[in-house]
Amino acid sequence: MAEPLSRFSHLCRGYQKPRRVTIRARFSKVRSVSSITLALSKGRIFEETLPLLAAAGIVPTDNPESSRKLIIGTNRPEVRLVIVRATDTPTYVQYGAADLGIAGKDVLIEHGGEGLYQPLDLNIARCRLCVAVQKGFDYAAAIRPGGRIRVATKYINAAKAHFAGKGMHVDLIKLYGSMELAPLVGLADAIVDLVSTGGTLRANNLEEVEDIMPISSRLIVNQASLKLKRELIQPMLDAFSGAIKP
Amino acid sequence: MRWVLPDHIQDALPSEADKLEGLRRRLLDAFRVRGYQQVMPPLLEYLDSLTTGAGQDLRLRTYQLVDQLSGRTMGVRADMTPQVTRIDSHLLNRKGVSRLCYCGSVLHTLPSTLTATREPLQLGAELYGHAGIEADIEILRLLNDVMRLADVPATRIDIGHVGLFHALAGRAGLVPGREEALFDLLQSKDVPGLRDMLADVPEPVRSALLLLPELYGGPDVIDAAAARLPRDAEIDAALGDLRLLAAALSDLPVSFDLADLRGYHYHSGVVFAAYGGGSPSALALGGRYDRVAQAFGRARPATGFSLDLRELALRLPDPAPAGAILAPHAQGADLQDAVMALREQGEIVVIGLPGHDGTWNEAGCDRQLVMREGQWMVEPLQGE
Repeated sequence: MAEPLSRFSHLCRGYQKPRRVTIRARFSKVRSVSSITLALSKGRIFEETLPLLAAAGIVPTDNPESSRKLIIGTNRPEVRLVIVRATDTPTYVQYGAADLGIAGKDVLIEHGGEGLYQPLDLNIARCRLCVAVQKGFDYAAAIRPGGRIRVATKYINAAKAHFAGKGMHVDLIKLYGSMELAPLVGLADAIVDLVSTGGTLRANNLEEVEDIMPISSRLIVNQASLKLKRELIQPMLDAFSGAIKP
Repeated sequence: MRWVLPDHIQDALPSEADKLEGLRRRLLDAFRVRGYQQVMPPLLEYLDSLTTGAGQDLRLRTYQLVDQLSGRTMGVRADMTPQVTRIDSHLLNRKGVSRLCYCGSVLHTLPSTLTATREPLQLGAELYGHAGIEADIEILRLLNDVMRLADVPATRIDIGHVGLFHALAGRAGLVPGREEALFDLLQSKDVPGLRDMLADVPEPVRSALLLLPELYGGPDVIDAAAARLPRDAEIDAALGDLRLLAAALSDLPVSFDLADLRGYHYHSGVVFAAYGGGSPSALALGGRYDRVAQAFGRARPATGFSLDLRELALRLPDPAPAGAILAPHAQGADLQDAVMALREQGEIVVIGLPGHDGTWNEAGCDRQLVMREGQWMVEPLQGE
């Protein structure tokens, strides 16, 4: 390109300006509009998602239970799976690290669902969120108006909303696992936890006293992905939706 | 560690500041030649006027302090749009159309996401005084120009209309608290949640609300909506607006989402969001908000958009470092002339203060001004 003539153009004689190098580093991390990443956790959610993926014509090339890979390819080159902790699934999808995810309703309530679409209840990994106490504990008396109890749980938001709905004040203790222990050692009066068969409760002399809500896994979608990759995502949504068992 | 900044607050160092300022100038210049006049509202004002017409969430996001002079509560602006609306409705008092633009820092008490800044650099354009669809078309075209000027790849502008939800929610006869919950469920396209909540709502409103989350995609969703939603004057008007937009903007990358209701409490008609550049969330948000000016005492139709310039600049490629020229620290009219001429050409010329040899590459110098055969010449910088 010709430089505009200037009275002082001789000043630059013999020297060529370095060519402008455009660095596109930030965009290189962004996966193209023509590929899809699905985040899910291993174990029950992965097992029960396989038939749904099959309905969409997607077969993973590895089994996360036996492989240590965190990124798993599929028979379709444009689709890959990432294996994450169940509680991290909404985070991956919210920040666009994955376009889609499969996450339990319990996890979504704790996450808050900011920035996510949750169009499908996949009806997999079903269980219930319950209040449980030690056998013999008079729960009905403890939650009378004006009562106050200590509740240990991993599900702070869900527990808070449940007891607030009953007009009760509770002291919540956040635990990360083995909630059943808390009432036994006097850490809490009650626990809020997921129950599927009730076996762990029985084995620890606890009983379920209140049902909070049924839980199952949802398909979640990043909001920008749904807008920008509709051609890829919509057929998957339709296939999943057609394969959901009642 | 005294030099640590608070969470979600950051500096812009030279390369980022360069990108931010370059983009700010480009966009404000583009606004200027389209007749959008810039205004600079204050950083803080009385809380009442800052949060007029906006929802409770804006109040929660506003830092508050007590004015020592009046004893009244002041807020640090968390959004400039209400300020610009106040200026249009109370200070300019124009009878016709006014086009305004602005750029400035706003402060949020809480970040909007885990990676968001609490001090966005808000830039926006607003068009007041015209209620017709022509204003929405102009604003949407302007937004598209902004995305192009900012070099955002794979842009998509997604358009919705709050009139659809307003009409359906009104006919559903929900108690006030429930309308809020319904709104949240629609925003997250939570169809299972909607099905639970709408169990008692009579047909055809129930099916219509359940259908809304599916109505997204190309202009064909407008026809699908017209065919499947119940007949209603407000719904027909909203779909009519969207049809006009689809026809007028067919050359732009637009799509439609009839369940997208961002800023429902604030907006009154067409709403839109711009996506692109690999961003996991919307880069710019906007829409029509005819009711806000009314809260300031003078009803004025209004439409516009705003965005966080930091978020947009983040997506720009890093510029090649602008090589500076090192000039000797010396006297002489011909040296001064040479330096001035180079600067007039847009070159960066740095005067070498004595005693710092070997450090001028830190200042970005890659060339130097030297005397050769009685003339000042630019040569590659040696020995740095």
